[in-house]
Amino acid sequence: MTTATASHDDHHHGPEKGLMRWVKTTNHKDIGSLYMWFAFTMLLIGGAFAMGIRAELLQPGLQLMEPQFFNQLTTMHGLIMVFGAIMPAFVGLGNWLIPMMVGAPDMALPRMNNWSFWILPFAGGILLSTFFMEGGAPAFGWTFYAPLSTTFAPDSTDFFIFAVHLLGFSSIMGAINIIATVLNMRAPEMKLMDMPLFVWTWLITSFLLIGAMPVLAGAVTMMLTDRNFGTAFFDATGGGDPVLFQHIFWFFGHPEVYIMILPAFGVVSHIIPTFARKPLFGYSSMVYATASIAFLSYIVWAHHMFLTGMPVAGELYFMYATMLIAVPTGVKVFNWISTMWRGSMTFETPMLWAVSFVFLFTIGGFSGLMLGIAPADIQYHDTYFVVAHFHYVLVTGALWSIIAAVFYWLPKWTGKMYNEKLGKVHFWWAMISVNVLFFPQHFLGLAGMPRRIPDYSLQFADFNLISSLGGFAFGASFILLTYIVIDCVRNGKPASARPWSSAKGLEWTLEPKAQYHSFNTPPSRALIEAESQNS
Amino acid sequence: MRLRINEMKGIYLFGGFMKRLTTLLSALVAMMSTNVFAEYGLNMTEGVTSISHDIYDLHMMVFWVCVVIAVVVFGAMFYSVFAHRKSKGAVAAQFHESTKAELVWTIVPVIILVGMAIPASKVLIDLEDTTKAEMSVKITGHQWKWQYDYPEEGISFISNLAQSHKDVVTGTDADREAVGNYLLEVDKHLVLPVDTSIRFLITSNDVIHNWWVPAFGVKQDANPGFINDAWAKVDEIGTYRGQCAELCGKDHGFMPIVVDVVSKADYAKWVSEQQAAAAAAVASATKTWSKDELMAQGESVYNTNCAGCHKKDGSGMPPVFPAMKGSPIANGAAADHMDIVLNGKGAMPLFKMLGDADLAAVITYERNAFGNTGSVVQPSDVKSAR
Repeated sequence: MTTATASHDDHHHGPEKGLMRWVKTTNHKDIGSLYMWFAFTMLLIGGAFAMGIRAELLQPGLQLMEPQFFNQLTTMHGLIMVFGAIMPAFVGLGNWLIPMMVGAPDMALPRMNNWSFWILPFAGGILLSTFFMEGGAPAFGWTFYAPLSTTFAPDSTDFFIFAVHLLGFSSIMGAINIIATVLNMRAPEMKLMDMPLFVWTWLITSFLLIGAMPVLAGAVTMMLTDRNFGTAFFDATGGGDPVLFQHIFWFFGHPEVYIMILPAFGVVSHIIPTFARKPLFGYSSMVYATASIAFLSYIVWAHHMFLTGMPVAGELYFMYATMLIAVPTGVKVFNWISTMWRGSMTFETPMLWAVSFVFLFTIGGFSGLMLGIAPADIQYHDTYFVVAHFHYVLVTGALWSIIAAVFYWLPKWTGKMYNEKLGKVHFWWAMISVNVLFFPQHFLGLAGMPRRIPDYSLQFADFNLISSLGGFAFGASFILLTYIVIDCVRNGKPASARPWSSAKGLEWTLEPKAQYHSFNTPPSRALIEAESQNS
Repeated sequence: MRLRINEMKGIYLFGGFMKRLTTLLSALVAMMSTNVFAEYGLNMTEGVTSISHDIYDLHMMVFWVCVVIAVVVFGAMFYSVFAHRKSKGAVAAQFHESTKAELVWTIVPVIILVGMAIPASKVLIDLEDTTKAEMSVKITGHQWKWQYDYPEEGISFISNLAQSHKDVVTGTDADREAVGNYLLEVDKHLVLPVDTSIRFLITSNDVIHNWWVPAFGVKQDANPGFINDAWAKVDEIGTYRGQCAELCGKDHGFMPIVVDVVSKADYAKWVSEQQAAAAAAVASATKTWSKDELMAQGESVYNTNCAGCHKKDGSGMPPVFPAMKGSPIANGAAADHMDIVLNGKGAMPLFKMLGDADLAAVITYERNAFGNTGSVVQPSDVKSAR
């Protein structure tokens, strides 16, 4: 068997011992693990900031912090979660899974892989260090609109700009590596339409990253020169325009939100067929829908800017283009439900996360459609309705799929099973508390509570109280998650090579704990066909 | 002693917290039987203008369309979750594609979307058309207050969060209930006539703000260096409240909007009063003030405009917001002091929109309060420094 020969080769290419293994490693599994642990650490740090925010908002009045510090927390919470937690977690999943899924021994560019990871802790460290600088951390929101982020920003903003540049380098290198791996290292017998959906969604995401991240780099570079070298890109007194910043930012920012959700679609498209014991419904339409969403994501950016004073023709165009996204997204949801339909379902932990992803992400999709209606957006814009919307798509969407992926592939990563009972307890704990946390925020927004305020009028007190209590419970659920993962690594019972009986994919043909180099000889056509989602 | 006060505050906070929790629980019970929409603000306001009604109708239409789709989609999903289980002996079917189904769930959503886009486009075109306005009000955002100018009537004033509300931000729950409309009250209301089409010209003096009155359906970014417009025709006399809706720095949460919509007769009366007051202000700016007059006036201007960052006792919040006490600028040359107040610098916003008399008073106050030993500045000095 393939697996036996591959494991034999391991003796010559085992990992180094000790700490230097992690510094010098060029192995996709080691680097994948580094990404995952880094992302998890950042998730806990960003989560701690969120706990601070919810503690201040627990009741009206200022109890715990100055408004300026509150703004620093909301800013850093957003930046750390987007750039430190969600994006690196998906790159980590990509690193771990893509070589195994395409029948390759490793990533195409292993040394660059090492570099693109090791930039991250420095970038994250620089970003976090701004808290200890004179004037405090950036306090202008994760969207850093000029001129609040240029003329009126603290000195630490230049460090923030440097950190964003570094994060951009890292993401672009990660994306190039994934494209090179998928296109050049794929088993010769594997056609594009044989590829698992996680590979497809990541390939498309990589092109989004390569298109979007340089635009972000441009935006922060213009900020840098506006702040330090006397240019006036975003300053009307010098002939610039602050709204230009928003166009550039959202030209990056809208593809960015799909960067954070397309791989999630891929993950869910693996888990649902496995536990429904039924082939994925509409494989090719899933691929086309993903590509359509990616294309549309480039041409809808100004729906974040309906109130900036755009001409009415521009508003109409961006409204129509935005509404169009509902079509391919709907196709995906219908396909997942059709996959479940007349299946023979069981609900192990990964499936619980995947099904609740479909449910809660779709709620975020509905509020997204509402926000896309330009006149109604006048009332929704910059309220808690928006906060509820993007937390439904990013927490119960992106983060949910990451947790689902961790439970689903943990046996392959560790060779051991997690504690199923604790996994389910954790799921229900997180599922209930996250809705107590975010659902009332829809009401707060509709009732008129603006986002990014440290104190609020008394009519908002009750829902803020509920939301904060839900937030604390949700935050605490991650202690249990940490325990479950560590318990699995240390004490888990040995898992079989294919712990989910109906799981398809080349990764399940490897040893229970996937060998250090995945496929030293490419898998055969017969094996690829047997493991293909496109049956 | 200090510890004791904190302890007591802690107990009080906890008490307030428990009280709110119990009222909340009883309210949740009451929700089963009564209509809580009004009381708890679950939904968007219908508002008092044609635009706000149109927006509300659109919002409800899209909401119900989403509800219907949700019932169908989630209904199918949860039916499947309950019925198609291995534990119930379900055997998996093996179908995995259907071009017909794919076409249906591509085309049907497109039709629904077109159905939503048509009314949405109509409302959008209507609310962007400000040509039918009968009068204009210019609105300027400042960190962290609103300035209102009536260009035709020659009226101009600044509207700050009411001092009584600033005072209770760190106070008790009871204090906050006592002030009424906590954080939604200002020292000077915007006054507008009823049944009149009003064009708002919205801009900013520093960063981007956003002028939002939910009941009007008006929310528009205030961009520095550019003027945006919006319009409203208010149907009902009343007081309407809103807030800044774009993060604009430290006190973004503390720059509310209060609009009194009055009868046309009351509006005319208000305009003539304001014009008389403006004339008096011009007269006072030309006379020479005594130091005591300047200090008295200066203290109130300081507490409204400066104390947010530099603190009532002049201690500031170094390093971003320096102390007034012993400040090299407040104790140095008057020209430098006037320059930084008029034109701002870095995190310090500019204040040239204040009148000469107010500026002279506040600068004199800063130069002579907190143990400072600067010179007295007269309105005429400020005028020539502009």
